[in-house]
Amino acid sequence: MTTRDVLFCLLGLLTAAAAVLSVTSRQVVHAALWLVTALGALAGCYLVLGAEVVALVQVLVYVGAVVVLLLFALMLTRAPIGRSPDVDNPLLARVAAGVVSLTGATLLAVLLLSVVGSRTVDVGSADGGARSAAQPLARSLFGSWVLPFELLSLLLLAALVAALVLSRARDRDDTLSRIASIEPDVEHPTDVVREPR
Amino acid sequence: MHLWPALLLACVLVAAGLYGVLARRNAVLVLIGLELLLNAANLLLVTFDAAYADRLHSGQVMTLFVVTVAAAEVGVALAVVLLLFRRRGDVDLLTARDLGEPRDGSTGVEVSR
Repeated sequence: MTTRDVLFCLLGLLTAAAAVLSVTSRQVVHAALWLVTALGALAGCYLVLGAEVVALVQVLVYVGAVVVLLLFALMLTRAPIGRSPDVDNPLLARVAAGVVSLTGATLLAVLLLSVVGSRTVDVGSADGGARSAAQPLARSLFGSWVLPFELLSLLLLAALVAALVLSRARDRDDTLSRIASIEPDVEHPTDVVREPR
Repeated sequence: MHLWPALLLACVLVAAGLYGVLARRNAVLVLIGLELLLNAANLLLVTFDAAYADRLHSGQVMTLFVVTVAAAEVGVALAVVLLLFRRRGDVDLLTARDLGEPRDGSTGVEVSR
């Protein structure tokens, strides 16, 4: 057991616990905050594995952007503060989901551990010296991988336009929203739906 | 360092993510499970990149790509969730069957709650 092993195991335990809590928590905002913990600890795991750039991108994009988007979505969908009983499926479906996920993960674990489980990694000296890992990564990212990289910018543009179009879709209402606005909604009164257009 | 802790952690993340996707009713919480699944894939990519010391750093580059795709995905998905909320007043996936198959065959649109 080296220092990296110990560090990785600690961060991994934190990640796993936070991930499990984020999918089992009954309080929706707590679930999102546990996701922050899991993703942040996972960034630490990337650091231990010697992938500094990926760890930074993980913190920037996941913890910084994706989780904020999720929290905004929780806010805009008026997620209840505190325990809410209706965030989970019925018990039978939850048991089935647990069985399916445990089976899938066990199969994956058996496969991975039997094939490459005994390998050890030489992550490189932790001196942080002259050669950083960022330089070769940048060379290959903007060298061999530059076309997929540019394609990704197109994908982001497409996603931006798609999100805009979806957000504006209420201007051209169709049957569904008219039905939804006719039906009285006593549980969750929304003024947004019944706004006259 | 040993490889098995990373592999085991990826499997735990897969299990948590799958459970989150399958067991949650709230659409935003389903998205949280989806993020965990994507992160399991990312962790495996980074692990194997470190293990095989790829000269092109394919694993890390792919991870950056997956992170970008996940950001785009979550943006569009949250727009869809907000649209769902605006039309129905909740984001409960058990009752949101507007696009589902009609159960009785009489109507194409089911808005029962």
